[in-house]
Amino acid sequence: MNRRMAIAVLCVGGLFVSAYLWMFKLGLMGTIACGDGACVTVQLSPYSEFLGLDVALLGLLGYGAMLGLALVALQPRFAGGGWPVRWLALLAGGGFLFSLYLWYLELFVIHAICRWCVASSILVTLVFVLAVFEDRGRHRVTA
Amino acid sequence: MNRFYTMIAVLVAVGIGLLLYLMNRSSSPAVPVQVAVTAADTAGFPGYVLGSETAPVTITEYADYQCPACQSFEMVEFPYVRERLVQTGKVRYVYRNFPLDQPHRWARLAAHSAACANDQNKFWEQHEAIYRTQGQWSPSGDAGAIFRNLAQQGGLDLTAYDACMRSLKYAGRIQASLDEGVRIGVNSTPSFRIGDRIFAGVQPYDRLKKVVDSLIAAGGAAPAP
Repeated sequence: MNRRMAIAVLCVGGLFVSAYLWMFKLGLMGTIACGDGACVTVQLSPYSEFLGLDVALLGLLGYGAMLGLALVALQPRFAGGGWPVRWLALLAGGGFLFSLYLWYLELFVIHAICRWCVASSILVTLVFVLAVFEDRGRHRVTA
Repeated sequence: MNRFYTMIAVLVAVGIGLLLYLMNRSSSPAVPVQVAVTAADTAGFPGYVLGSETAPVTITEYADYQCPACQSFEMVEFPYVRERLVQTGKVRYVYRNFPLDQPHRWARLAAHSAACANDQNKFWEQHEAIYRTQGQWSPSGDAGAIFRNLAQQGGLDLTAYDACMRSLKYAGRIQASLDEGVRIGVNSTPSFRIGDRIFAGVQPYDRLKKVVDSLIAAGGAAPAP
């Protein structure tokens, strides 16, 4: 499995984590399997929305977009790199920064750590790291 | 490459299956409807009371936790009522359950959750949390789990809470409250009994204040709604 494939697999994981949290917000999921209830605290806090949108929905859209880009980047015509890889790195970078913001909120504002959010932040960080390596590799090929 | 796409398809299928399983998993007990009411269910229980026993006016609210209008009253008007009428000693406020089982399937369970919180002197905290999160649990397939999470957040002893919820010991009390509301003429939620009159629908704070002030001034029956 190459890096782009790994990114696609990680994005599928992130997609389902986000879907799970968003379905909870929609009231379709009953409760969150979280152990200590911290996920509910986070999900029911005012910070579970960003600019009027559910953070979980933003995650769903973000992972969906990154999955789409990863699958496009797997096409043979982009074997040497190209815009899908660059956009993947940019989008994953944005997701990584947003996950840092969410970490700050959970640690210092909400005072509750949602395990599903931790899982998502790990996934987006891995996607970001892999995407950066992939993008750097592309520059090396084209240099 | 084809094997990779097959793997992605399998992952997606497993994920969707898992989400569907989690959606349909429900651990919520069902609070019986039309349960037989015994004397023990109502003995010494006037409703959930806030305020001084010697307040000149009593407002009794009949409400359903799953009713959006009741939530609106709780979130928008009730804080003023509490601060300016109850805490000033003018009003003794009584909350009574009036669950509308159709179409509110979680109304009795919500009422039971609040009743169990009352065992630990946390009724008003759980009451507020249940209304505040109505949007989450109302369409849920497992509202009981959300109520439990709210109880946990509210610092309740979960072992005692769980035992209370499993016992359904307040089903009769909830039914008795509903029966009483029907008997005095309540037919929608929220409704407010002030003196010998019923005020139906969400009552703005200003209106309640006028009624309370006029009752205190008159020292008698409530004015016409």
